[in-house]
Amino acid sequence: MGVIEYRIERRSGIATYLQIVLQTKQALRLGVLLPGDKLPTAREVVEATAINPNTVLKAYRELEREGLVQPRPGLGTFVQRGLGNAEAADGSPLRGDLAHWVDQALAAELDRDDIAALMAAVLEERLAAGATRGTIEGTK
Amino acid sequence: MGKRYRRGWALRECGFTVPAGTVCGLVGPNGAGKSTLLSLAAGLLEPSEGEIRVLGSNPKNAEVRARISFVSQDKPLYPRFTVAETLQLGRELNPGWDEQRALDVVRQGQLPEHTRIGQLSGGQRTRVALALALGKCPDLLLLDEPMADLDPLARHQLMGTLMAQAAEHGTTVVISSHILAELDSVIDHLLLVDGGRTRLAGDVDGILADHRLLQGTDAMSLASHTVVEARRSGRQLSALVRPRGPIAEEWTVHEPTLEELLLAYLRSPESPAPGSAGADARTEAAA
Repeated sequence: MGVIEYRIERRSGIATYLQIVLQTKQALRLGVLLPGDKLPTAREVVEATAINPNTVLKAYRELEREGLVQPRPGLGTFVQRGLGNAEAADGSPLRGDLAHWVDQALAAELDRDDIAALMAAVLEERLAAGATRGTIEGTK
Repeated sequence: MGKRYRRGWALRECGFTVPAGTVCGLVGPNGAGKSTLLSLAAGLLEPSEGEIRVLGSNPKNAEVRARISFVSQDKPLYPRFTVAETLQLGRELNPGWDEQRALDVVRQGQLPEHTRIGQLSGGQRTRVALALALGKCPDLLLLDEPMADLDPLARHQLMGTLMAQAAEHGTTVVISSHILAELDSVIDHLLLVDGGRTRLAGDVDGILADHRLLQGTDAMSLASHTVVEARRSGRQLSALVRPRGPIAEEWTVHEPTLEELLLAYLRSPESPAPGSAGADARTEAAA
């Protein structure tokens, strides 16, 4: 087996291909997968998980479209670049803006669940407005 | 295409295409005609009207049948043969036999090779039947309720083996099952047969995208959409619809899961089938 094993949850409500995309990105973020690593072949993934091979290919195409992996004919699919999370790191402007906003929400007496629900709702709304299906970013 | 037995029509006005390389789920209630359809595709039966084409030809042709593996529900094997003798028979009857592939399936289940078929459990016999079917290296694999008598581990292993076969060799797989959850994330093409007719035929993602689950109150109107199923409990109204035009904002809208979609259709045998959408009128299987 390769450097990553996918865990497919059938009842999660998240499309199977998207689970593979998200788990790959998580592995890239954590450094479990590094540039040059080879992803498992579709055959290896489906033999272990009993999912449809086209689902794996769809996930890998999506990762390729985002420039994260690159297929090399006859050899396999390789990690092209890691997911540097400079934008999410401590001290980044995006993170600072969000911290400021959370402070405001707390000052307005929203609790943790209120804030999480509001974040999720706005995120959904913005993604639905701006992005078509299949271009959803898993980045937090 | 249709098939009539003495007791009546088992399949009638049945038109569909299964694209090569797909993993197709064949779903329907008992007596819907699933087994008849698979036997027709395997060339074991002939249609009473219309025609069925498999891999571009009539499945009665010997060259076509050599490229098809069919595992029927009763899994006919010789009970007095041992597992090893059964595989030997497969080797001698099939020119393209792949011994390793057949052995892998048998060994994964830790089947003793010198035990007679008659002494195996139902699930173990299923494993031998699938080993024979895969050892033949078919282009088309037809499976009638293959997982029914397998334990959960064997089910997962064999489904993984089938998917690996599809991934590696581009084998087209048509699999009938009652266990709808088992098909989710396995199949990419769907045939829903009911009362001898095809009610849904097409790409799973496309079919799901054509439907929406709506939740609201019974005061709200479904009028503009094609309703597959509407259910009321108290003031709540839930419906599976094929939307026509925009959905009113007051509804809570979800894309259905495959299981939700199939259950809604199976509960509503009278609901309208999609017109041309997703369905293909040609009578051609695995072209």
